[in-house]
Amino acid sequence: MTARTSWIPYALIAPSVLFLGALFIVPLVQTIWLSFSAGEGLSLVNYQRMAGDLNFGLAIRNTFLLTVVVVPLQVVLALAMATMVSKLEKGRDLVLWVLTIPLGVSDLAAGLAWLSLLQNTGYLNSALYALGLIPGPVGWLSQETPWALFFGIVLAEIWRATAIVLVILIAGLQLIPKEFSEAAEIFGASPWTRFRRITLPLLKPSLQSALILRTVLAFEVFAVVYALGGRNFPVLAGEAYTWQNENQNYGVAAAYAVLIMAISLAATAVYLRALRTRPEQLP
Amino acid sequence: MADIVIDHVVKEFGSFQALQDVSLVANDGEFVALLGPSGCGKTTLLRIIAGLETQSAGRVVIGGRDVSGLTPRKRGLAMVFQNYAVFPHMTVFENVAFGLRMQKAPADDVKRKVERAAALLHIDGFLERYPAKLSGGQRQRVAVARALAVEPAVLLMDEPLSNLDALLRLEMRTELKAVLREAGTTTIYVTHDQTEAMGLADRIAVMYGGKIEQIGSPLEIYATPATRFVGGFIGSPPMNFIKVRCENGSARIGEMALPCPVAGSEMEIGLRGEDASLAADRSGIPFDVRVVEPMGSHLLLTGAIDGQLARIVTPPTAKVTAGERVGLHVDPSRLTWIDGRTGRAVSRG
Ligand SMILES: Nc1ncnc2c1ncn2[C@@H]1O[C@H](COP(=O)(O)OP(=O)(O)OP(=O)(O)O)[C@@H](O)[C@H]1O
Ligand SMILES: [Mg+2]
Repeated sequence: MTARTSWIPYALIAPSVLFLGALFIVPLVQTIWLSFSAGEGLSLVNYQRMAGDLNFGLAIRNTFLLTVVVVPLQVVLALAMATMVSKLEKGRDLVLWVLTIPLGVSDLAAGLAWLSLLQNTGYLNSALYALGLIPGPVGWLSQETPWALFFGIVLAEIWRATAIVLVILIAGLQLIPKEFSEAAEIFGASPWTRFRRITLPLLKPSLQSALILRTVLAFEVFAVVYALGGRNFPVLAGEAYTWQNENQNYGVAAAYAVLIMAISLAATAVYLRALRTRPEQLP
Repeated sequence: MADIVIDHVVKEFGSFQALQDVSLVANDGEFVALLGPSGCGKTTLLRIIAGLETQSAGRVVIGGRDVSGLTPRKRGLAMVFQNYAVFPHMTVFENVAFGLRMQKAPADDVKRKVERAAALLHIDGFLERYPAKLSGGQRQRVAVARALAVEPAVLLMDEPLSNLDALLRLEMRTELKAVLREAGTTTIYVTHDQTEAMGLADRIAVMYGGKIEQIGSPLEIYATPATRFVGGFIGSPPMNFIKVRCENGSARIGEMALPCPVAGSEMEIGLRGEDASLAADRSGIPFDVRVVEPMGSHLLLTGAIDGQLARIVTPPTAKVTAGERVGLHVDPSRLTWIDGRTGRAVSRG
């Protein structure tokens, strides 16, 4: 009996393992290999070229800046929205549906949509001009206005990807029985105290998932930045793209890819530790 | 002063009426038990008093203050939830201390009061543990300790001892009663365990189908039930109901003629099993014994009076065998007369 049943789970999981192996692990190993090879044998030449490039420091700075600004804003916004949505009694599904529409838009399309708003001849300038606030078209996305460009990208990223955090947090909130908050209220906790002492700690596992997902995606940010700023705002994934397609240097592109992966893994490890929930503290 | 006045409270969930015009007063320091079968609206009423649910109509007044529109935390009471609602991410100590922390009590005060409440509920051995590592009964006691620790003027408890074994429940019951009496806490205590209600409460409110059937002292409820439901719900064995016809002012059962309290043909006689005694000479109400169960302290006889099911309690030494017909003597003043159509008791005029 045991002999027969023991291989069944492995057989069932084999297709997905093979699929992942073929389409994920093999390219991953190849990329890592590629990043360390130049001519013959292993070397750090690609990494040296990457680090020595003019845009490298900028790309690092911009990527981290975007992540550090966008992710916390998204989490705070999503928490606020999730709390409000879960308080709704009627029309909840409709509100949720509207809030998650951006999830259905591809990131490039989202970038282009925001471009049509913010470019010189875009809707924003038209509106401001019609209101008499500006004398003529203002370039918000040019190299001369880096902060406006940064702000535009932040706005577009928040619009595009807050909903994924929202969805995860709403699912998490639904798992928390309402009695905990009710009991806290009976014993005199204000709404803010209830949020801080009851909801937030019990939401920690969901917050952790949302943060990992959003942060990893934020380090890979590319399409929105590319649509709005081109190379005026270098980011890590954008540099990988440039080295791959324009410079035709696959080694340096691979080095960028490995770097992004290393940063993502490090961020994930930090979240896993910092937001760890001990099993005995779960409901 | 912390009396609770529940004034014509109605609660509707959609088209379903969970509470139909409930009125109830708990005086300052009084212990009132809400007793009733599952689904009769006990928890709903408690949640309305606490402010966790909004009544569809009516008022709740606590200590002379109309709290109907106030949020729970403005009502100044403590509550034990039916499903405990013990915070999983806090240790037992922090759970019990929660109310005191919210009141910003000084640390040594918190420690003293938590330890006292924990000792009372016998949970002082695991103050540093998390609730997930406790049994259901232990968790329930944490919930009770959390409510007692704040020394509330008004305490609402929703089946707080339901998950304890019989022995521990008896012990906790006695200790709860002593502590709450000493502190003068006004308590509303939900239970569907009638012995618990009888033992603890100054007064019992029996609920059924969203209505209060009767409010009274345990003795009143037991001896003079206001409705057929109350008589049948309270007491073990429950009250017997014998259908009789009143003709010319008297009802006949076998050879017995009992004076009817009011005119009306369809009546039921409510008879407590221990209010009947076996007649030596087989006179009185004829009772066909079918089953004899020796319970130790008494004999439980199940059989029929006039073809209707009845259970009678006799001293353990009575000589009765199954299949025999015996005669019962009853004290007419201890009988309850029920109007067969309304199910309500008629007053003995
Ligand atoms: N939120 C709600 N929505 C709809 N119906 C409800 C709701 N809460 C309670 N009810 C209904 O109201 C009635 C009373 O419920 P309640 O929880 O007060 O019963 P209870 O007397 O506490 O029962 P138990 O002894 O099983 O705890 C039940 O029929 C229940 O189905
Ligand atoms: Mg209940």
